[in-house]
Amino acid sequence: MAVFSRGFGSRRRESDPELPPGQYLTEDFPVLSAGPTPRIDTADWSFSITTESGQVTTWSWDQLMALPIEDVHTDIHCVTRWSKLGTTWRGVSLDTLFADIDTSDAYTMVESYGGYTTNVPLEDLLDGKAWIAFEFEGEPLDPEHGGPARLLVPHLYFWKSAKWVHGIRMHSDDDPGFWEQNGYNMYGDPWKEQRYW
Amino acid sequence: MAIVAGWLVGTVARAMRVTPQGRILVLDVPEWPGNLAGQHLDLRLTAEDGYQAVRSYSIASFGDGTTVELAVDMLPDGEVSPYLVEDVEPGDMLEVRGPLGNFFVWRDSQTEPVQLIAGGSGIVPLVSIARAHRAAASTAKFRMLYSVRAPEDAYYAPELAELVGDSFVLDWVYTRTAPVGFARAAGRITRADIEASTLPVADNPLVYVCGPTGFVETVARILVDLGHPAERIKTERFGGK
Repeated sequence: MAVFSRGFGSRRRESDPELPPGQYLTEDFPVLSAGPTPRIDTADWSFSITTESGQVTTWSWDQLMALPIEDVHTDIHCVTRWSKLGTTWRGVSLDTLFADIDTSDAYTMVESYGGYTTNVPLEDLLDGKAWIAFEFEGEPLDPEHGGPARLLVPHLYFWKSAKWVHGIRMHSDDDPGFWEQNGYNMYGDPWKEQRYW
Repeated sequence: MAIVAGWLVGTVARAMRVTPQGRILVLDVPEWPGNLAGQHLDLRLTAEDGYQAVRSYSIASFGDGTTVELAVDMLPDGEVSPYLVEDVEPGDMLEVRGPLGNFFVWRDSQTEPVQLIAGGSGIVPLVSIARAHRAAASTAKFRMLYSVRAPEDAYYAPELAELVGDSFVLDWVYTRTAPVGFARAAGRITRADIEASTLPVADNPLVYVCGPTGFVETVARILVDLGHPAERIKTERFGGK
């Protein structure tokens, strides 16, 4: 049972059943990054999927833009406890990118420009659950928020939605990425409050 | 140091108003496992009807003790920070969980030069690191650049001044009001400030930057432009754009 904090609660925010436990609603778009924001020109940008056989499939920016683009309306939840409801993104589904990829590995390591990594099970990237997103609220994605493109996997805490995404490498095991080595949960389900180790 | 899984009861031991907007809070947390310099914690408040709110705060203290020190800046639209800055008093209880984060930390086994750059209440984890550096009698070259709106907005100014010595240099940027006689005119931090008042690329320092998002974005970009390798720059940001 929690202890009570005398006199706390007069400035409370409205609770919202759409918020996972321990989250609060924000109208801002806060930034959580461990280092400087990389600046990547779309002319130099590429995205690759590397399988266990060593096969590498790469898309340039123009090739990505030529793929079917989806509108995504979703809530997002950061482990630092802010949530945004009803955000709008545009991006390419990972189902599209994985359509011709031959792999039997169950896990992925998502890799970013700047060296960031995060581990996500493959099944959490497929079946309409994840995108390579390049627009937020009708505007090109800001570098601070991961532009030119970030992974968007909104059913997990947002550190899994790697900014400045550069590729996905298939892994046979669920190896920890950057924050997962630095105190954060391997999976990160906001509805189960899987924040930390 | 292990992370304790559950919530730990803390009692406010001291609450000191140190800036127009902020307070230093000292908590007694008997089960606190200790923390590294630079780590943070989650703080949970529970109202009498069971309503709860949780926020993350950097820790100004470090080491093995069960006394945990925070410095809290009041956010105008905040729900937790106004309570901590205006309402809470010694003897009041709350809960904490942690320590959290193993990246934005400094260990006394580190010997390389370190540049600390803080904006506003972003000083808190850097104070922890500066204290750990002093406590270890480390000879690693340290330099700190602290940007505040005005002198009265600075946290820990007297303590930081006392740290200054052979292995700790302190520089100030005032963005709105500079003290009388201060050489630099008030204004936001610039590339020239960073070139003049931080360790150069040639020293290959590890750089820790903490502050509001806009401040950290600006500073980190300047550091990269000056030639600091991105992997030598650790950042911690708070707040929205």
